[in-house]
Amino acid sequence: MADTRAVVSMRRSRRRFLQTASALGAGALVGGRGAEVAAADTVTLPIGNGERPLATYAQKRPLIVLTQRPPQLETPWAVFDQGVITPNDAFFVRYHLAGIPTTIDGESFRIAVKGKVNTALSLSVADLKRMDAIEVVAVNQCSGNSRGFFSPRVAGGQLGNGAMGNAKWRGVPLKAVLDKAGVQAGAKQVRFDGLDGPVLPATPDFAKALDVDHAMDGEVMIAYAMNDADLPLLNGYPVRLVVPGYFGTYWVKHLNEITVIDEVLNNFWMATAYRIPDNACACVPPGSAAKQTIPINRYVVRSFITNLDDGAMLKAGNDVLVRGIAFDGGYGIREVDLSSDGGQSWNEATLGKDLGKYSFREWQTRVVLTPGRHELKVRAVNAIGQSQPSEALWNPAGYLRNVVETTRVTAA
Amino acid sequence: MKLTHAVLVAILIAVGAGMVSALAAGLTIGLPAETAALKPGPGAEQVAGQCLICHSADYITTQPRDKPLAFWKAEVEKMKKAYGAPIADDQIDAVAAYLARNYGSGSQ
Repeated sequence: MADTRAVVSMRRSRRRFLQTASALGAGALVGGRGAEVAAADTVTLPIGNGERPLATYAQKRPLIVLTQRPPQLETPWAVFDQGVITPNDAFFVRYHLAGIPTTIDGESFRIAVKGKVNTALSLSVADLKRMDAIEVVAVNQCSGNSRGFFSPRVAGGQLGNGAMGNAKWRGVPLKAVLDKAGVQAGAKQVRFDGLDGPVLPATPDFAKALDVDHAMDGEVMIAYAMNDADLPLLNGYPVRLVVPGYFGTYWVKHLNEITVIDEVLNNFWMATAYRIPDNACACVPPGSAAKQTIPINRYVVRSFITNLDDGAMLKAGNDVLVRGIAFDGGYGIREVDLSSDGGQSWNEATLGKDLGKYSFREWQTRVVLTPGRHELKVRAVNAIGQSQPSEALWNPAGYLRNVVETTRVTAA
Repeated sequence: MKLTHAVLVAILIAVGAGMVSALAAGLTIGLPAETAALKPGPGAEQVAGQCLICHSADYITTQPRDKPLAFWKAEVEKMKKAYGAPIADDQIDAVAAYLARNYGSGSQ
């Protein structure tokens, strides 16, 4: 439903774009899609107060608008059934502060490497491209993905499940850049800052940090390509940090400052925001506060059915294909199980191609349903035996949702 | 980068139309016009002046509607304390009251 409307809106925008483009003459424009506010198209997320507009931003297809300034855009759910890789023009967008760059010169852009290093560096994108490249297929998921489903509800971006995506990232290991600069003894963390910033000087600039050992693991990447193309501007052009298996808050966009520090970064974005309860479940009783917290870190295991919507009507007695995706914090998905009786019995699904331990893993299976209502449930297990809770866990900030998802269908 | 006036105007038109332009090595995008708005009523202008400096109205309007005044007051205090919103201490209650009246559950 939402998907059909999205296509309609895209066509409408494209027509307007073509009219405007021909009036201006070709040449100055690339990208091919207008950024018209999609007229009256909306989607309704299955949460209270869940109506959202769809709009077409630069380099993007129509996406679900959570907020306009700064832009926060969610991927329509149908995209996740169309392939294991999320196309760049469908990839979600999340900014914190409205001072976002709208003009970036990829040639004069420089990344400063400084702080507790032997040699401070100023690197261009061309410099990075001359270094040995690495590639990884990795999920980027917003910490607050699915926050709108929390019960009781919590403050913050009221997202459905679409603030995640899976892309092939190409770039250089952060380790190679830090080795070039020479990390000094006593270094504790590496701080990352991008071009985006606050509107008011009193607002803390968005900057994040990783421990030096993590930053030097050879997998954390400065990425200059996403699915074999430049990053869309709204996803961090010309370079962003890629932290495989870790929540998107660390994937700093428009990365232009890398600072080695000899302390633990104590800014708002590390010390106050993006904290989770410091216990085994990272959860507290609903409605209560956490006594001790730590910075959010790895993804927890999640799995989704992508080809059947809640409320779907199916033919009883027929073989029904059920398929979807699963992912975890970087150990790799070992098993996906499907239940068609509300979780009483489970059958193992067939896993799709393995694109690496940080990627979405496709799965599929078939079920035959008797007439009546059925609860389809999917759960995944990763390589170290972590799985998903049958009842939702709760924390005050609305992070880490990974309850076993339920899709209600009717067979007749 | 130096831009001639004519080129700059062309870019501004393109950007205003919300398109992507490539000029030399630069990438420029436009953003759609902001349409999110607050409900009119007592306090709306004050809230618009103090809250919408930094973010669009949908940051407010998309929040859950089942929350009491205390939820909204906590949000206003967070915006002041953590984000530096220019809301004087003696204005916090008025801002919270507008938000709770228009977007809250009606309870305290």
